[in-house]
Amino acid sequence: MLKSKTFLKKTRAGGVMKIVREHYLRDDIGCGTTGCAACGGAHEGPALEPQPQDPASSLCPQPHYLLPDTNVLLHQIDVLEDPAIRNVIVLQTVLQEVRSRSAPVYKRIRDVTNNHEKHFYTFTNEHHRETYVEQEQGENANDRNDRAIRVAAKWYNEHLKKMSAENQLQVIFITNDRKNKEKAVEEGIPAFTCEEYVKSLTANPELIDRLACLSEEGNEIESGKVIFSEHLPLSKLQQGIKSGTYLQGTFRASRENYLEATVWVHGDAEEDKEIILQGLGNLNRAIHEDIVAVELLPRSQWVAPSSVVLHDEGQNEDNMEREEERESILKTAVNEKMLKPTGRVVGIIRRNWRPYCGMLSKSDIKESRRHLFTPADKRIPRIRIETRQASTLEGQRIIVAIDGWPRNSRYPNGHFVKNLGDAGDKETETEVLLLEHDVPHQPFSQAVLSFLPKMPWAITEKDMKYREDLRHLCVCSVDPPGCTDIDDALHCRQLENGNLEVGVHIADVSHFIRPGNALDQESARRGTTVYLCEKRIDMVPELLSSNLCSLRCNVDRLAFSCIWEMNHNAEILKTRFTKSAINSKASLTYAEAQMRIDSTTMNDDITTSLRGLNKLAKILKKRRIEKGALTLSSPEVRFHMDSETHDPIDMQTKELRETNSMVEEFMLLANISVAKKIHEEFSEHALLRKHPAPPPSNYEILVKAAKSKNLEIKTDTAKSLADSLDKAESPTFPYLNTLLRILATRCMMQAVYFCSGMDNDFHHYGLASPIYTHFTSPIRRYADVIVHRLLAVAIGADSTYPELTDKHKLADLCKNLNFRHKMAQYAQRASVAFHTQLFFKSKGIVSEEAYILFVRKNAIVVLIPKYGLEGTVFFEEKDRPKPRLVYDDEIPSLKIEDTVFHIFDKVKVRIMLDSSNLQHQKIRMSLVEPQIPGISTDISDMDINEPERKKKKLQK
Amino acid sequence: MAGLELLSDQGYRVDGRRAGELRKIQARMGVFAQADGSAYIEQGNTKALAVVYGPHEIRGSRARALPDRALVNCQYSSATFSTGERKRRPHGDRKSCEMGLQLRQTFEAAILTQLHPRSQIDIYVQVLQADGGTYAACVNAATLAVMDAGIPMRDFVCACSAGFVDGTALADLSHVEEAAGGPQLALALLPASGQIALLEMDARLHEDHLEPVLEAAARAARDVHTLLDRVVRQHVREASVLLGD
Ligand SMILES: [Zn+2]
Repeated sequence: MLKSKTFLKKTRAGGVMKIVREHYLRDDIGCGTTGCAACGGAHEGPALEPQPQDPASSLCPQPHYLLPDTNVLLHQIDVLEDPAIRNVIVLQTVLQEVRSRSAPVYKRIRDVTNNHEKHFYTFTNEHHRETYVEQEQGENANDRNDRAIRVAAKWYNEHLKKMSAENQLQVIFITNDRKNKEKAVEEGIPAFTCEEYVKSLTANPELIDRLACLSEEGNEIESGKVIFSEHLPLSKLQQGIKSGTYLQGTFRASRENYLEATVWVHGDAEEDKEIILQGLGNLNRAIHEDIVAVELLPRSQWVAPSSVVLHDEGQNEDNMEREEERESILKTAVNEKMLKPTGRVVGIIRRNWRPYCGMLSKSDIKESRRHLFTPADKRIPRIRIETRQASTLEGQRIIVAIDGWPRNSRYPNGHFVKNLGDAGDKETETEVLLLEHDVPHQPFSQAVLSFLPKMPWAITEKDMKYREDLRHLCVCSVDPPGCTDIDDALHCRQLENGNLEVGVHIADVSHFIRPGNALDQESARRGTTVYLCEKRIDMVPELLSSNLCSLRCNVDRLAFSCIWEMNHNAEILKTRFTKSAINSKASLTYAEAQMRIDSTTMNDDITTSLRGLNKLAKILKKRRIEKGALTLSSPEVRFHMDSETHDPIDMQTKELRETNSMVEEFMLLANISVAKKIHEEFSEHALLRKHPAPPPSNYEILVKAAKSKNLEIKTDTAKSLADSLDKAESPTFPYLNTLLRILATRCMMQAVYFCSGMDNDFHHYGLASPIYTHFTSPIRRYADVIVHRLLAVAIGADSTYPELTDKHKLADLCKNLNFRHKMAQYAQRASVAFHTQLFFKSKGIVSEEAYILFVRKNAIVVLIPKYGLEGTVFFEEKDRPKPRLVYDDEIPSLKIEDTVFHIFDKVKVRIMLDSSNLQHQKIRMSLVEPQIPGISTDISDMDINEPERKKKKLQK
Repeated sequence: MAGLELLSDQGYRVDGRRAGELRKIQARMGVFAQADGSAYIEQGNTKALAVVYGPHEIRGSRARALPDRALVNCQYSSATFSTGERKRRPHGDRKSCEMGLQLRQTFEAAILTQLHPRSQIDIYVQVLQADGGTYAACVNAATLAVMDAGIPMRDFVCACSAGFVDGTALADLSHVEEAAGGPQLALALLPASGQIALLEMDARLHEDHLEPVLEAAARAARDVHTLLDRVVRQHVREASVLLGD
């Protein structure tokens, strides 16, 4: 049957070029109420409850559904996400507007809609015969949409009345637009503002705090005087940018000084890329990461970046006189040459606000409900929020969202979103560092979980269609202790012709994650599993990561195998890829594997296999190093956790065994083999990984440091660097080589994913390989999933899909993956730093030997080998007389009073936790040896309970 | 910021159709008295006109005559105002030639050409407005025009396009959907036998996905057949009334 016959056709015309689009109206779109007789009842997906048991509202006691307008959805999403709010109708009109205005909110609302317990229903009102409205003459698009929303609300109320007269089910229109609300009431639609409705929920008073506080436009508080100049409308900004009057750029607030910021101007021009902004008025309510338009000030008003540390503290509201006083401090006389292009913000092109973590600074006024919130990120201004729970929230880490920044307000307005818990508490701090590094860590949504295989799971005949059965092979895995997401397993056996067969078997994650579904989208968004000190944030749900994909021993698992035939000299004779089924015979730790290899009595299949692998790996490694691959070093810290309290009880650097490098060697080999294969097959859209060679200037510090120890480091090629690092040994100073390698690591560039069709430099500098990719860890890296899919298509084991062969989509994906990997690294470092703090908190003050890694103008950076811990020893302190400091950039060296410090000097430092600022605890290091009078510390003058050892607020 | 959402979570396309639904089709036969056969069709906003002359003697060089069957000559053109941006050349460009060739292949398969050896059948198709699925509209218009001319055919030739978005096959793509750049397929079908007269595909699509897309196109082509059949019957009825039968 053709439904098209029942359609009415309307056309939409508009624009300069005449565009006629068809718009079909239907009469088969349901209202979403479960069991509605008029609509035929059957609905796919989540639907509204016929008898909503909503929180008691004093305004509308009868059962009701909510129907919010676009702005409510955009700004009050925190309220809508609350479990108390259920049975909400989301109109297509509203959803489309949200989609074009805010991608993050759009994603959140989709997640809510997919959660069946929330009973959110999307009503396709624009294609419903009775709710479609046409734009009228002289009506703008906004007004039309408002009207469309009201028409739908009215239709719903009438429809529900028809459905059942006795249960008095109502649809309540929620809007914060006064005029729209008045019109709705006139038309007989029950309507409230979001605030009215939330306040009427007597059983859920805590929801009020989550309301975004939005001052209606043109209705600003009359009492406050205007502090900021107006933001120009977008159309004017665009004109100005086109004509060159204004410049567009990203606003970057200063961490050190709240009255200063820079704007990175987008564009190709090499010069004047950075513009300085100084003073609250010139910053004009821009917030870190916003895209802004700036106007350059005349040269006479240009300023130099100030070296003053200035933090916004104190309690006072809107006291502008003090600000002006402070601003004048910035304008000290400076050298003409230091002046930089200076400007002021004239308008905001796009806000880039996100929810911020931080702490409440409770108002001094006892009854006040308005309080200031201090974000953990110092680049974000303080935010004024309204809350009744100030005393409960004090000392807690909380999340706050910004709602707006009116012209008459010193601070932006915001609302409370969530309480994370006690500051300093382990769980809370972990949450904070995940949020601050934008690591997606929410539990997987129902929509995502719905794509998991049903348990009990077993390999079916269909699964075996394009697969080899390798379950008979003696495969085993070697991993760190406690590893539950086992990506890889290996085998090695002698063939009849005397050659060796080596197999690397990788978890077949792409078998379970099918392209385009919610599970795939979520994994792609997460990009990587994030490993914190005692927590793992999975990229894929646990059922996959720790069970079905994990190549555990003695269970049948699906794998993607890379199998080589090699001779005893580790030369590859044949390479073959196949999807497979394996059954691992043992899950070993590095230590266990090492023990088997070294044992003189064990000669079973697994051990023989391991010995074969180990032998080949050594040859492979040697060959790789001969080609110029670098073996660098970075101290990796590991904590021994107390099994009950989970507090770190010991800290040590990771120990490396032969078996670590054995596994690594075969992973590298597999990655390179796969990279070649997918690039051969897909020259334009292979996902590869490259590591650019660093610019020569990066090596300066390393060369200088080596020179100071009479050693020569050559940096012209990777090979010569590797060779000279090998030769750089000192018989009296065995640790020197490690230190040099640590320094060399710091000179390197970041390795990145890229799409082969968008680049022509594929070289991997660190591995000295002309081509490289990631294939071996698909459970914890999304790049590997894509590589698996490419390889599967290349060998005809799986099907392709349009996005896989779209190089622009692939390039976008790489961008996200690179960002997520960087953030994951930062989060990991932050986690190590936090656990280091916990460790020294329990340990108290300790003194340890350390080596100098870098020499700075007023400090030295040291490394403590025992803990793999790095820290900075400052020589200028608030309460002490300033010592004589002479810095020599050439050597480099730093002379303090009469003592000279060079890179690699051995010193002794004292380590302690400084918790004077609850929000920013840190490890402090001070010099013990060599003794410098007035600088190095004695135990006697240390006092842990020393109050407020804050950073100097103002340095003249 | 965000591109167009071609298929909503609720399963509706940009213009409100569901995945397998056709656009509204309207057609008329016998619109030109001068020609031997003619027809006009609207599929959504795509509008095409077809006229047929023949079978008649070979025009031009007699050497082109085929001893065992009729020669089918197809020409395609599009009106300068048919697309959003005005075209410079209405016909004779590469795309028009290609389209003419495709139409010829399609109708050589459908017309019983062996009944008219050594003669020629001319089919001229003009697209007046293009909003996606021009090939399909041309085939459907030409089918009606050939029937109007009374030229015997094996069966109707019904055509429809199909695409593939987010794992779902969409039938009868509109211009917006075509412009989004996904894979698309055009299918001309002889509905009674299910034989394929022409199948064209212009992007990569894995064979595993080909079947559902092909299936969607075939189903849509059968729906087109139902409609065209109704148009033909209506036309015959009207014609017989005029003849005073
Ligand atoms: Zn209904």
